[in-house]
Amino acid sequence: MSRIADRKVADPGLANGVASLTPEKIEKVVNQVLKGETGAKLKVYQETCMRCGLCSQGCHFYMSHDFDPSYSPVNKATETMYELMNKKGKVTPDQIYLMAQMAFTECNLCKRCAHYCPIGIDTGYIMSMVRRICYMLDVVPQYIRDTSHSHASTMNQMWVKDDEWIDSLQWQEDEARDEFPDLRIPLDKEGADVYYSVIAPEPKFRTQLIYQAAAIMHAAGVDYTMPSEPGWDNSDMCMFVGDYENMGRLKRAHFESAQKLRVKRIVMGECGHAFRSVYDMGNRWLGYKNSPVPIVHAIEFYWELIQQGKIKITHKYEKPVTIQDPCNVMRGRGLMDKLREVVHFLCEEVVEMIPNREHNYCCCAGGGVINCGPPFKNTRMEGNRIKAEQLKATGVHDVVIPCHNCHGGLEDIIGYYDLGMHGKFIGDIIYELMEKPEL
Amino acid sequence: MTEFYVFVSGPLAWIAWGFFIIGSIYRLVSMYALAKAKDGSSLAYMSLPYSLRSILNWLIPFNTMGWKSDPLMTVATFLFHIGFLLVAVFLGAHAVLWDTAFGISIPSLPGGFGDAVSFVVIAACAVFAYRRLALPHVKGVTRPKDWFSLILVALPFVTGVLAYHQVGPVLLMTTLHVLAGELLLALIPFTRLSHALFALLTRSYMGSEFGAVRHAKDW
Amino acid sequence: MGISKWDWETGQKTVVESLSPIEGHGWQEEPYVSPDGETVAAIVQVDEGVFSVRTNDTVWENTFDKIWGLKFSPDGRLTAICQQDMEWVLVVDGEPMGETTDYIWETKFSEDGSVIATMYKGMERYGVCVDGEPWEELFENVNQYTLSADGAHAAGVAQVQSLGQADIEGFKKGIYTVVVDGVRWPNKYLNVWGPAFDATGEHVAAQVRPSVHAYTIAVDDKPWAATYGQVWEPIFHPKDGSVVAPVRVAGKWGVAKDGNILWEPRYAQCLYLQYGKPGNKLWAVVAPSYGEFTVACDNAAWDVTFPVVTDLVVSPDGTRAAAIGNEDNTNFRIVVDGKAWDGVYDMAWPATFCPGGKNVAAMVEKDGKRIILVNGKPFERSFDMAWPPIFSEDGAKVLIRAIENNSYVRIVADVARF
Repeated sequence: MSRIADRKVADPGLANGVASLTPEKIEKVVNQVLKGETGAKLKVYQETCMRCGLCSQGCHFYMSHDFDPSYSPVNKATETMYELMNKKGKVTPDQIYLMAQMAFTECNLCKRCAHYCPIGIDTGYIMSMVRRICYMLDVVPQYIRDTSHSHASTMNQMWVKDDEWIDSLQWQEDEARDEFPDLRIPLDKEGADVYYSVIAPEPKFRTQLIYQAAAIMHAAGVDYTMPSEPGWDNSDMCMFVGDYENMGRLKRAHFESAQKLRVKRIVMGECGHAFRSVYDMGNRWLGYKNSPVPIVHAIEFYWELIQQGKIKITHKYEKPVTIQDPCNVMRGRGLMDKLREVVHFLCEEVVEMIPNREHNYCCCAGGGVINCGPPFKNTRMEGNRIKAEQLKATGVHDVVIPCHNCHGGLEDIIGYYDLGMHGKFIGDIIYELMEKPEL
Repeated sequence: MTEFYVFVSGPLAWIAWGFFIIGSIYRLVSMYALAKAKDGSSLAYMSLPYSLRSILNWLIPFNTMGWKSDPLMTVATFLFHIGFLLVAVFLGAHAVLWDTAFGISIPSLPGGFGDAVSFVVIAACAVFAYRRLALPHVKGVTRPKDWFSLILVALPFVTGVLAYHQVGPVLLMTTLHVLAGELLLALIPFTRLSHALFALLTRSYMGSEFGAVRHAKDW
Repeated sequence: MGISKWDWETGQKTVVESLSPIEGHGWQEEPYVSPDGETVAAIVQVDEGVFSVRTNDTVWENTFDKIWGLKFSPDGRLTAICQQDMEWVLVVDGEPMGETTDYIWETKFSEDGSVIATMYKGMERYGVCVDGEPWEELFENVNQYTLSADGAHAAGVAQVQSLGQADIEGFKKGIYTVVVDGVRWPNKYLNVWGPAFDATGEHVAAQVRPSVHAYTIAVDDKPWAATYGQVWEPIFHPKDGSVVAPVRVAGKWGVAKDGNILWEPRYAQCLYLQYGKPGNKLWAVVAPSYGEFTVACDNAAWDVTFPVVTDLVVSPDGTRAAAIGNEDNTNFRIVVDGKAWDGVYDMAWPATFCPGGKNVAAMVEKDGKRIILVNGKPFERSFDMAWPPIFSEDGAKVLIRAIENNSYVRIVADVARF
């Protein structure tokens, strides 16, 4: 069994945070969070967990590290939260460093282990609360912390300024008009059926995704709008950092921007974690039982368009593909059948990864782990050998990946394990295959 | 010794039952109060149909990812829990106690079968112990508490079998058996064994979240 | 706002017979109407890559490479954000207001519409542009700007210190503050949100984050002594200068006034604080328990609850209020004084009180048709498209602006007819 102490990774966010800790401060903050923010759920989890270890095989880290028990969900909970509870917060700053590293970078909060625990313990929740404590202690990996600062300051993840957002949309609209002369990206169109929301990396690095979405909306004749003002970014790193205060602020901005435009629903791009933020975490912090405005994931939206015959393709994608099931929309929203119907509609041949659907292995990028940046890239690569094996076993070269985080995670794994594969968004494929006007 | 046996099987039994019942009620009520105060955003999602869906699916051996992942554990834990309940409630000698103490008449297991089941339960406990000793991912998280509760449940069976087969002084063994049973009963609400009280609730909660909110299986 | 000068003669007039695109236009975008209902406008593509604005049956003479953000000011002027030769300018009634620049956005107006402002970016520096004049000092970034009621002052949140890539320690030292008319507050904060003016425009309150885990309200750069788990938008009392804001304490929301608790924190949520003009009563949207929202007046919540409550509107005298209740964006209800009107709709727009406060009107949508309601009763027919109703000054009539059969119509209806 390895030990977290033996794999300590240098990170300025963790190091600086720990440097200003004292045992007294740790004790105070830990107990504040435990008493103030957790309740029966956590207490019962800690008490009824029988330490049977059945959750172990649920975790891709455990599987990828040759069954190293240090990575089993129950061990991660034991070394972090259960330790904090047992010791009533009497732990050292060094321990906090290691707990933070474990919680932020060795658990993707993917909840796959939920399928393995007979008692129904939610290790994802437990690790989230460890992160919350670390955030309250100001011990958070640098890069993800920076994205949460961006969220709090600009309401988007990538420090995109208000004008840059609008400018990106108008730029993509211009570009797209070369191909679809009467295409519009309607800004602030009150009363539209659909409010299309994206994550900040799209205007920042992946503008072609906005282009493609606009092309699909245009071809399908969807009455949609995009907001010109902040609130457009559905992503939420505050949630993964444990900064729940600004998670709430962020989600308020998102929901209110849709409410203000009097749309029927929000359609979001191919992103996973944002979904978790709107139906599970952000809405609840705000006191809403569900999303106050319904949020439809791109998978489901494309599925609807296909059902309604609004997406017309010239031919099917000929090369065989496999499907990555993103945790937050499979285990998170049960979209596995719709995803398959969409992919089978678009592609000639699908080779499934095993296991799949809600039993898929996480991409190891989710839960904010990829957002912890370069220092932890190896953690993700070594921690997901199982995914590389799974991918390789399909023998195909194209992976349909309807999630930004999974994209980043799988592309890294494909490179690291030299799998010679390539990830595609559903939008990429639809755009490639769809009927376009003859020019 | 006989007097001691009378005390153990009389007043002490009532005390053990008292601990168990009052303790269980106290634990459940106080936990519910805490949940109401602190976990409103979880309680709000409890759903009976999805709770039952989850419980039922986990009651089927090898039906879930967890059960599939470790066949030895799955067999052991099913046999243990079924055996435990069968023996604790329906063993011939126990059936008599239900009648004399509570005036409840219940069917009882044939003697030989009850004996066999007891051996199965002990064997299951041995599997649990083996896992705690030999499997790194279990050993690493095993604490004295876990051993304590394992011994706590194994003891009544071990002493029971010894008494039944008249190994050692019968009265002593029987007294020890009753004592072990009472200790177990009294401590259920206050040890790891409290999962007997809470596991249905945690299972239900997970089932509700996965069913009603996440639209996915939790098995 | 000159409402009394509008045409209030009861009856209907067809302002534009046909809303079909004018011949030769490539396309016509969604329509906007003037407050007085006399003008309907839309962005039109007059040629490939050439845009203009149609108002009723005429088109602006000037054309542009790009146009967006069409908005009527409260005094009826039509503004649009226009681009020509890669430079942007605000165009008002067809004429540019001020110099062109790298980018402008977020058009806002003073209450009476006499002042028009936008966000402004020039040479990678940010500020507010009021009536075509950008602030003298510009900043690395400015957002969340606001105008005072009379438009004499503008405030925003400015980044006053550069931040290196992923410089989390730099961020924690504070790089933001409030700028009023281009002049920054001396203090810096980790974050600042939603600056708001008082009625006179002389004072500004904002939500601030003085340290990583602390949130409070700063008034004219003086933070309250108390800090909270989180705070929402502060508002000034219309008369006495005090400031109230929703605050979160130990996981529950209440209201603090000048740094002291006014409403003991007991709500799962509390937001959108509002006073009526006299400042006699304080209103808010609250969630008395998880997932159940309603309106509270002076900390007394209405009985009726909904999964979501938005668009709180307080009557001018501050004694009545209306809000929209809905079930996760479906089954919309208009709720007035704690009672939901009978109808259940697919969408609803904020209600409006007549100046005397007696009558309430609102627009709703059902099965794709817009319906105008007064005191809960619908106008005799519904419309393909409409805009929220406006009361006459005496509250006896209501102006309906709507589209039916591809015509834009302006209707003045007697409230008594509903």
